[in-house]
Amino acid sequence: MAEILVLVDHADGAVRKTTTELLTIARRLGEPSAVFIGSGYDAARDTLAQFGAAKVYVAENPELVDHLVAPQAEVLAQVAATAQPAAILLASNPDGKEIAARLAIKLESGLITDAVDVVAADAGITTTQSVFAGGYTVTARVTHGTPIVTVKPNAATPEPAQSTPVEEKVAVSISDTAKRARIVERAARGESGRPELTEAAIVVSGGRGTGGDFGPVEALADALGAAVGASRAAVDSGWYPHAHQVGQTGKTVSPQLYVAAGISGAIQHRAGMQTSKTVVVVNKDAEAPIFSMADFGVVGDLHTVLPQATEEITKRKA
Amino acid sequence: MKIVVLVKHVPDAAADRKFDEADYTTDRVSVDSILSELDEYAVEEALKISDAGDAEVIAVTMGPEQAQDAIKRALQMGADSGVHVLDEALHGSDALATSQVLAAAIEKVGEVDLVFTGMASTDGGMSVVPAMLAERLQLAHVGFVGELTLDGGTVRARRDADVTETVEAALPAIVSVTDQINEPRYPSFKGIMAAKKKPVQTWSLADLGIDAGSVGLSAAWSVVASVTARPPRTQGEVVTDEGDGGAKLAAYLADQKFI
Ligand SMILES: Cc1cc2nc3c(=O)[nH]c(=O)nc-3n(C[C@H](O)[C@H](O)[C@H](O)COP(=O)(O)OP(=O)(O)OC[C@H]3O[C@@H](n4cnc5c(N)ncnc54)[C@H](O)[C@@H]3O)c2cc1C
Repeated sequence: MAEILVLVDHADGAVRKTTTELLTIARRLGEPSAVFIGSGYDAARDTLAQFGAAKVYVAENPELVDHLVAPQAEVLAQVAATAQPAAILLASNPDGKEIAARLAIKLESGLITDAVDVVAADAGITTTQSVFAGGYTVTARVTHGTPIVTVKPNAATPEPAQSTPVEEKVAVSISDTAKRARIVERAARGESGRPELTEAAIVVSGGRGTGGDFGPVEALADALGAAVGASRAAVDSGWYPHAHQVGQTGKTVSPQLYVAAGISGAIQHRAGMQTSKTVVVVNKDAEAPIFSMADFGVVGDLHTVLPQATEEITKRKA
Repeated sequence: MKIVVLVKHVPDAAADRKFDEADYTTDRVSVDSILSELDEYAVEEALKISDAGDAEVIAVTMGPEQAQDAIKRALQMGADSGVHVLDEALHGSDALATSQVLAAAIEKVGEVDLVFTGMASTDGGMSVVPAMLAERLQLAHVGFVGELTLDGGTVRARRDADVTETVEAALPAIVSVTDQINEPRYPSFKGIMAAKKKPVQTWSLADLGIDAGSVGLSAAWSVVASVTARPPRTQGEVVTDEGDGGAKLAAYLADQKFI
């Protein structure tokens, strides 16, 4: 069976959930090989085996961590040249997309981004995308070279399948051109104790309607084990960090449940959450456009509705 | 210093965007179009540098006839000149072909120190063209830039990707900016009048030495197999809070097994 390369998305070896989703998808397409680039492989080993990697290519080198993505694209191209995979899967996040873009040029291969599903069809590996703010569903195939696909978070439910991967060390040689953009400082990931926004199964977001008090939004999020999101209006007002912005110029989320509180539903906001499975809205204006996409909505003041919901949920869980 | 800003003319996101029925390409003709909002931040960042010192700002676009409106807007904001790559053969080009054409255009402009782009177009939204350009031109690329300083021959940028990073790169470089970086100016009346006299060149694929067979829909390295309009989300139950809205919300979530 042909190899399917999966680029491991990790922070110092802590494997992110999207990678376990990619490995699950890769198992349906062929034989999954994980490509680990960076440092901290020891911490990643068990997770990659648990989700069925048949092989792991390991490229550990500090120069890979000190520069923006170009060196990673070189390593991945190097691995692809020998492995001759049937497809290469990466996470649809900023780094993943930039690596995929460079790889497409290096391998002279077609690229599909932001897939919400990837299947093996008679005609070849076929992707599904949701475009124009979710208004259309598009299926597509790569017709030239090795299909390179970036996949959105929550495209699959990670299914464990224990394996004993063969480990292959990759000798890393990085060109000078790839070292042109140097990372001089990296902020730590924010530690809120909540799930990561793009990976979370439930997201509770607040907008201008919070009036600056995210307390009720955070409390509901915690009762549901959810991540917290924000509209740009809330971020621009300085009420919540930009890293939590959902939308066209923020994060794209695709959770099982999205709760929008005090958010009107501008197209730029919808672009970031339109593929959510279930949408719940709390807004005091019955005419707010966001209601048109609500599976359930409450017309009311979020400052009373959210705390009551939180209390009720806590009671039900007890 | 020479700065190129890549601008794109896109269907207005607020209008009803659709696909061409015949070949599944984005309908760029019958739908209202504008300069991609996200490119205005790129134009602004280039103009800030030229306001502060000596820089020539050239707006470059590729697209059909109406794409000149994107250039016009950049010139009205204050760019010095424009280049419009226009060729029938370009219809339906994928990101790979687009990056091939734009890379050739940047090389033809010549001796470019900085290339600014938006973080994504508001239509295709792939965010891959800038990195492809960097790969083709063998330049540094810093994407998702929310803050930029230029210090002699080095750019220092805050990159707001999954985590926030500070990145340094020597010029020449390609920088893609986010909507956090600045507040784009509106064209002034003077700017609108001045734009009419600014030079805009139109280049064909032949001018760029690109074979028409290597671009366009038929040369794309991926194909769309199907396009389905998603039925608009049907609105579910909406209740008005009469003191029990929160409890009803919790009941719904329990019903859907979220609790
Ligand atoms: C280039 C560009 C990129 C953009 N990118 C993004 C993006 O990534 N993400 C994003 O979100 N936006 C983005 N925007 C901004 C977008 O257009 C909207 O301005 C923004 O989403 C509005 O945020 P909001 O819904 O919180 O605020 P508003 O539109 O002001 O809505 C507030 C809502 O809260 C309700 N409300 C008020 N008080 C209460 C209360 N007490 N209880 C309940 N409801 C209440 C009101 O009825 C209203 O519906 C972008 C805009 C541009 C031009």
